[in-house]
Amino acid sequence: MTIAWASFTPFSAFLGGCLIGLAALLLMVFQGRVMGVSGIIGGLFGTASSAERGWRLAFLLGAVAGPIIWQIITKAPIIWQAVASGPQFYIAAFLVGLGTAIGSGCTSGHGICGLARLSPRSLMAVMAFMASAVATVAIVNHI
Amino acid sequence: MTRLITALIIGSIFGIGLAIAGMLNPSKVVGFLDIFGDWDPSLAFVMGGGILVNAIGHRFVMKRKAPIQCAAFSLPTSTNIDKPLVIGSVIFGVGWGLAGLCPGPVVASLFLNGEAMLPFFGLLIAGLLVGRIVMRRLA
Repeated sequence: MTIAWASFTPFSAFLGGCLIGLAALLLMVFQGRVMGVSGIIGGLFGTASSAERGWRLAFLLGAVAGPIIWQIITKAPIIWQAVASGPQFYIAAFLVGLGTAIGSGCTSGHGICGLARLSPRSLMAVMAFMASAVATVAIVNHI
Repeated sequence: MTRLITALIIGSIFGIGLAIAGMLNPSKVVGFLDIFGDWDPSLAFVMGGGILVNAIGHRFVMKRKAPIQCAAFSLPTSTNIDKPLVIGSVIFGVGWGLAGLCPGPVVASLFLNGEAMLPFFGLLIAGLLVGRIVMRRLA
């Protein structure tokens, strides 16, 4: 193991993380909801009321708009470097949806919100997806 | 209407946070997960900042009787650590590791890189719906 000092950005990472935490906090204080993106997407489908669908759609539209606004403010394009293409990319997409539905959450819901609430379920989920993600990258990159 | 406006603003704060944090770049995310290679620990600081702000604020928010814009807080009630939680999370981790994309950044980069992200988003939703059917069968 070596540390990639050239790409290490602790300050912007921490600042961005604080904004993500702030968003989670505001969603709780205004709407009383956990900011779990997989759950917010999932709630668009099925038996939810139109009010339930409304705030979810508005949140997701905001999430789409945020980076565009940020690009306009900073006048710099947001870096996007793919690590997968073809079947690996599409299989990943399906597994992310499948896993978050069965595991009741993702990085935002379990990782940011669940851990902040000291939820044992979320701690277990975070350990499980971190371990499997690290193992997956190790296999893809080094074997 | 005001509920929709606050949700829109909160969503954009989330999206800007992801952009600043570097979470929108799959290569950076995989750099964080690649602890056996050239490891970039940055994203640990994203999680640290997010949990810190939310954890401190949450204590104050929970002193309120109700949220500002609706009747009651809606918090997860389940507490038992069961097989679906663990197996589902493991499956999610595999997907996350394969492409460096989790649901938040997928949504936030829908228009930055629509050509790649729209099909990804479509398949993610397909996975969510299949997962929900699986959960219904298990219940």
